[in-house]
Amino acid sequence: MGPQMHSTDLIVIGAGPAGMSAARRAAESGLSVLVLDEQPTPGGQIYRDVDRASKTRGPILGKDFTDGRTLTQGLLHENITHLRGAVVWQIEDGTRVAFSQDGKGALAVGKRILLATGALERPMPLPGWTLPGVMTAGAAQILLKQSGIACERAVLVGSGPLLYLVAAQMVRAGVPPLALVETQTKSDLAKSMRHFGGALRGWPYLVKGLRMLWDLRRAGVIRHVGASQIAVEGNQTASGVTFRIGATEHHIVCDTVLLHHGVVPNTQAARSIDIPHRWNDTQSCFVPVCDEWGRTAVSTVFIAGDGAGIGGAKAAALAGEIAALEIACDLDTMTKKDRDAAARLLQRGLEAERAARPFIDSAYPPYAGALTPSDDTIICRCEEVTAGDIRRMAGLGCLGPNQTKAFGRAGMGPCQGRFCGLSVTQILSDTNKIPPDATGYYRVRPPLKPVTLGEIAALAE
Amino acid sequence: MKPDSKFREIDPQGDQVTVRFGSTELRLPQGENLAGALLAAGVMPFRHTPVSGAPRGPFCMMGACFDCLLEIEGVNRQACMVQVSAGMEIGMPSTDGATDA
Amino acid sequence: MTSDYAIIGGGIVGLSTAWGLLKRGLRVTVLDGDDGSFRASRGNFGLVWVQSKGMNQPRYAQWSQESAAAWAGFAAELSDATGHDVGLEQNGGYDLHFSEESLETTVEKYEILKEKLGGNYPYEVLGHNALRLEEPAIGSKVVGAILHHQDGHANPLKLLRALADDVRRLGGVILNGKHVTSVDKTDLFRIRCADGTEVRARKTVLSAGLGAVTLGPMMGFAAPIRPQRGQVMITEKLPKFINRPSLIARQVDEGGIQIGATNEEVGLDDTVTQPGLSGLAANAIAAYPALAKAQLVRSWGALRILSPDGLPIYQESPEMPGAYLVTCHSGITLAAAHARFLPDWLEGSNAAPNLEVFSETRFKVS
Repeated sequence: MGPQMHSTDLIVIGAGPAGMSAARRAAESGLSVLVLDEQPTPGGQIYRDVDRASKTRGPILGKDFTDGRTLTQGLLHENITHLRGAVVWQIEDGTRVAFSQDGKGALAVGKRILLATGALERPMPLPGWTLPGVMTAGAAQILLKQSGIACERAVLVGSGPLLYLVAAQMVRAGVPPLALVETQTKSDLAKSMRHFGGALRGWPYLVKGLRMLWDLRRAGVIRHVGASQIAVEGNQTASGVTFRIGATEHHIVCDTVLLHHGVVPNTQAARSIDIPHRWNDTQSCFVPVCDEWGRTAVSTVFIAGDGAGIGGAKAAALAGEIAALEIACDLDTMTKKDRDAAARLLQRGLEAERAARPFIDSAYPPYAGALTPSDDTIICRCEEVTAGDIRRMAGLGCLGPNQTKAFGRAGMGPCQGRFCGLSVTQILSDTNKIPPDATGYYRVRPPLKPVTLGEIAALAE
Repeated sequence: MKPDSKFREIDPQGDQVTVRFGSTELRLPQGENLAGALLAAGVMPFRHTPVSGAPRGPFCMMGACFDCLLEIEGVNRQACMVQVSAGMEIGMPSTDGATDA
Repeated sequence: MTSDYAIIGGGIVGLSTAWGLLKRGLRVTVLDGDDGSFRASRGNFGLVWVQSKGMNQPRYAQWSQESAAAWAGFAAELSDATGHDVGLEQNGGYDLHFSEESLETTVEKYEILKEKLGGNYPYEVLGHNALRLEEPAIGSKVVGAILHHQDGHANPLKLLRALADDVRRLGGVILNGKHVTSVDKTDLFRIRCADGTEVRARKTVLSAGLGAVTLGPMMGFAAPIRPQRGQVMITEKLPKFINRPSLIARQVDEGGIQIGATNEEVGLDDTVTQPGLSGLAANAIAAYPALAKAQLVRSWGALRILSPDGLPIYQESPEMPGAYLVTCHSGITLAAAHARFLPDWLEGSNAAPNLEVFSETRFKVS
């Protein structure tokens, strides 16, 4: 028996807010939709396992989380086929997708593809960050959302609203963090004030943020602000965090260290089909080049949600819908006039959602220490390549990450550069004094996720 | 739940089933995320890197970092992408670089 | 600043040659492309291979043998100087066969070549059971193999890195990120790059892989080369279970199983295709069934540089004496020859190897 072959109008990769929203809108416009999601339940990361978790942990996780149920319910449409645990490993010709489900290889062909693969935590290389017991703040949130597991004796380290959200959720769960070690400075806040107008336009986020900070204050959670020279201590597992504030050295004994200094677009799938990207200096990351509908240089491929630029869950849902409108128009199930009418409201909503971004990005920039790591800090976790190794590679004439990868193996491990790519580009850029855009990024090739040779062979004619 | 565990289950759900981790039998909640369940059961580290034998455990919990790789039913897979089922055979990955191997 | 040699192209061929020239005390400048260039050197399989080469041209088989024999000394010298072990293993390699017929046909050809080489072609034929003793993981579909004792493999990326390191240490100048736009000669060669860089040298070697298509004619070469894509895959690191390399699979020093390779005429397209990968996977599983459960973690496509007969080209330019074209598709195997013997040919010394048969004129290009 040959491999499963699916033929559809639209293939949506990722069942987070952008993917779910796009699928629904496309289905309502009369298109057949195949949603491929690697998780066993829909929701992406932000609404992780929301169908189940809402029932039991709703109050802890908050309304912003449980709101995700509207989108997951939206997938129950006769035009939508949602395949769970479907791991995409190759995208070809802008229309063909090879994926694996339950250990079996399968192929899908679509007239259009929407990449909705969301965001990744920005890599935060610190001394000791590879020790067991060190995780991302997002990981701690996933453990809480999906498994009802809270990290005892944890310290949150980094910057950004997610740090406060996770801390607040931990407080509500009855397991408050030991402390927050925050890297943003007063000077960052001062500089961000010129974006305050935007923050006011996005006032619901401002209000939420202030409320979280108030909740943390009331719960007595200690906040250390303006931290630098952060390191994780420990031998076989994390046992503490050290840092400096001004001239004072601090040390906190803890069991778990949770890192976060922003999220960045997950560009793996987009890069694998050679979609052009450009460097965004404020967010210190690469962003795919798309038009206002999310269409990329590969005309059958669209990107929506955090994968096209960080904007959060609500913005992702709006962007997904906007992309679906254009796709419906492409495939003649909607007129341009109707598309524009529907898009107008959505685009206004999107602007409102994005209004507070410049302020947030400016007030909570990436931790400088992680962008300029010490020589002995591990950068490529998989192959254990250090920042010093990469600087040495630059000295050997490596102008970009691909030569660096060839010489030093950074980026060759199973994560395929997801957690070192940006760091490697940054370090090379700084060392060679060439801007990140010119320095470039890893050439991403299939498989997007490891897949057994048996599954790949099964697709052979 | 172990007394000095680093992870607390705030609302234990569901039936427990028996799985094997190496030569040890563990009772884990059926259908739950495997990486999370193993963390709550006190398993640490999950593996040792092939390069230097350094200990590693789950880092991102979303299938991107591969630090939670375990050998599950004979194939190296990310534990955070797998759900607990009765009778699972789990072990450190076949390329485990433990220095005392 | 004038060099003795300007080497256009800093891949394996350019760097091996540069190294050899530097060892003779010559001043060398290498001009290398950028991070995104095609770079066959980053995509090759890593075999140091003798068998199946030069079946129609014994001199090529001989040249490969000479290189293979010099490889260990070359690797040791690089390792001592840089501290980088290039992972050379020369314990023989297999040509695996899935049918008795193909095995017999190949053996016949090897016998003919062996005679032309005066008996210097140490191979043996292993039937399935004998092969199984050497390779316990071999699949039942493999009816047998030709084990050639002069075959082996190395880590091509470590080799590249070690060369880049040692060429600099020996005083070679490597200029990265350069696109050569013109080469002219008065009493010296003047090589100009897109960014305005100019290099002057007594002699020039064109070892720029596919770059020879545009640069070759500028320097008086026909350079009848074409790209041919090879897709290659590599698995997660696994415990050792493949002992000797073959063209189908080899276990690299880092632990992964490398599987190759397609031979596709697709122009300047180095993308990887699902049908290509599926075919390679199926073939590899037929040879080593345990691979069915192994996870693929990386793949790549690289463009071989092929002359019409697949053999190297070593040619001095008739129009610009002192300019040499050096191109081949077995850059790893021939690295030792390029490092040890080619400099003599470039310098026209008494020890110069006879490379007549590799001249461009064999293609009778008008």
